[in-house]
Amino acid sequence: MKKVIRTIGLLISSFAVLLLLASCGTPLSKQNVVTRAEETNTLTWGVKADTKLFGLMDVKDGQIKGFEVDLAKALTKQILGPKGKAQFVQVTSSTRMPLLQNGNIDAIIATMTITPERAKQVDFSRSYFDAGQSLLVKNGSPIHNIKDLNHSGRTVLGVVGSNSVQNVAKAAPKARVLQLSDYAQAMTALKSGQGDALTTDNGILYGMAVENPGYSVVGGTFTKEPYGIATRKGQGDFQKKIAKALTEVEKSGQYNKLLAKWFSNVPGFNYKEMER
Amino acid sequence: MQSFIDAYSWLNMRYLIEGLGVTVLVSVASIIGSYVIGAILGIIRYVNIRFLSPLVGLFIDIIRNLPLLLIIFFTYFGLPNLGLRPSSIWATIIAMVIFESTMLAEIVRSGIQAVPKGQMEGARASGLSYWQAMWHIILPQAMKKMIPAIVSQFISLIKDTSLATIIVLPDLMHNAQIIYGQNTNYILPMFLMLAIMYFIVCYILSVISRRLEKRLGSTRKQAA
Amino acid sequence: MTTIFAHYGSELLQGFGQTLLCSVISLFFSLIIGSMFAIFETTPIKFLRVIARIYIEIFRNIPLLVITMFFYVVIPLYLFKIDGFTAGTIGLTIYTSAFIAETVRAGINSVDPGQMEGSRANGLSWWQSMRYIVLPQAFRYVIPPLGNQFINLVKNSSVLAFVAGFDLMYQGNVIASDSLSTMSTYVCVGLLYLIITLPLSYWMRYLEKRLA
Repeated sequence: MKKVIRTIGLLISSFAVLLLLASCGTPLSKQNVVTRAEETNTLTWGVKADTKLFGLMDVKDGQIKGFEVDLAKALTKQILGPKGKAQFVQVTSSTRMPLLQNGNIDAIIATMTITPERAKQVDFSRSYFDAGQSLLVKNGSPIHNIKDLNHSGRTVLGVVGSNSVQNVAKAAPKARVLQLSDYAQAMTALKSGQGDALTTDNGILYGMAVENPGYSVVGGTFTKEPYGIATRKGQGDFQKKIAKALTEVEKSGQYNKLLAKWFSNVPGFNYKEMER
Repeated sequence: MQSFIDAYSWLNMRYLIEGLGVTVLVSVASIIGSYVIGAILGIIRYVNIRFLSPLVGLFIDIIRNLPLLLIIFFTYFGLPNLGLRPSSIWATIIAMVIFESTMLAEIVRSGIQAVPKGQMEGARASGLSYWQAMWHIILPQAMKKMIPAIVSQFISLIKDTSLATIIVLPDLMHNAQIIYGQNTNYILPMFLMLAIMYFIVCYILSVISRRLEKRLGSTRKQAA
Repeated sequence: MTTIFAHYGSELLQGFGQTLLCSVISLFFSLIIGSMFAIFETTPIKFLRVIARIYIEIFRNIPLLVITMFFYVVIPLYLFKIDGFTAGTIGLTIYTSAFIAETVRAGINSVDPGQMEGSRANGLSWWQSMRYIVLPQAFRYVIPPLGNQFINLVKNSSVLAFVAGFDLMYQGNVIASDSLSTMSTYVCVGLLYLIITLPLSYWMRYLEKRLA
């Protein structure tokens, strides 16, 4: 019995040591991003690598390509000057918040909707892209809109950490929601018949529909999803720089050029509406 | 059939092999790191230093009994709190070293225990200090007995690296997912290729381990 | 940490239950399948030995994640639908059974071959000697390694998180991204895993000492 008590005591004390270890050092999350970026001449952005049109890994050269990647490059040049380097870290919806909070990345530009809930945890720029949530289904599916999903026995696929799963739980409470780890996994699960529909923002879904003939976006949008650039709380300088850079990029026409580059060939998507 | 030919295009294969390279690189770095740290932990456990040895023992017990996936999350999300910014490659290596060194510590400890006690006494009698005897006489002999078990651990390391796709480590598994994520027809070919590539690497290693085991005449440890 | 337990207690508990359930199911089936292949490996029939060897070598040398994803993604694409929990449990069973087969085979081999010869000489068939004489002795030797396999099974069940299997790790990921307190969520998850694995591993160590 004594031995058991001693073991438990040791257990607790070692956990305490671990926690103590975790709390010392100079956390990256506390450093000023702008000061460090100017020293190193680099900004580290968290981007998606599995989302066509926004951020997708190109197998040919191992580079991530997409609207958000290009926009992040343009913003970096605005903030740090023409020699500024943008570094990219692949994130998923479930890893992006912890990565930002813990200081692995400086900012998130990864199809992240501005929500009041998230705004309590991070600071957002104003919207750089206005998306809306929609559904992707196999052609000929009985699902035509979100109401068709609101039956028990229907399964909707989403991604861990995206707010679209919360939205769908509100809009179709009877449906079962499965959360996969990223969009590539969710799309593969849809193809394997693990769910009746995949839900997320229309921009992402249109990208999937382009890549996967036989699947289409249905039902229009049932929410508004403005995408913002997220930074840690207490990085006000950095947010100001981003806001200014975003305005510059929009004014110079660079924004519209990037929009046309990525979205002009997407059937069913009116990119002209989105021009700024 | 056509989908197989398309799936195994030069570009896709090159991308897969790059991924395999990352898998092997991470595994090799991890096994070296975890051998060094594992040996230290194992010796501390063996010689029974007051306070330190029970603490190390407890650390080993806790880490060994947690899923590797959890250790990966701890390192990837936790290291920035110490002022470090690990890439997914470094985070995986560190997580693997933490996890595997506890496995190796136990292997090292039982390896040392298997060396006859007379060896230590003899070495001490001929004028070596305890640590000299440990380093020059005992460990090399224990090492021989441990090699098959270490190779076994190396195999599980290679397999376990696939779990790090969850923090977007660009390894073999991740690269295959990127490829099949972009085209449905590639799913089956990619899974076949994944199985073949992992199998070849691990099988070669397990044959080597079995040869060594026969030659060294010791019993193999199971590892999953 | 206490706030995580207070807010997400039911999710964590559900995940804990699913992890335990899938580990127990997998252990049961992988024991049966593993013992079967171990017996195959020790039969005098060459065909069965080859079959067992192939099965064991293939599944020992492929990552669990690949096997599990195969059942979650590939099988439904061509044959029939398998949900995440089932796919994960099947993957775990197949993967673990290859290791259990090796363990049980080592146990059978450690039984003195004279036992088999003696009981054959007494008029028992090969199968009867295996069933009543050799296997009971073998199992005594393999209980500690089997216990360790079960611990591995519990840890490996975290692979269910990749296929939305609603296990502890999956719930942990969902809670971590919902609560945004990543580290304390994972500490809670870790504690819950330890509740299962730590006592088991101490018990196995005790058994090992007693048998040695």
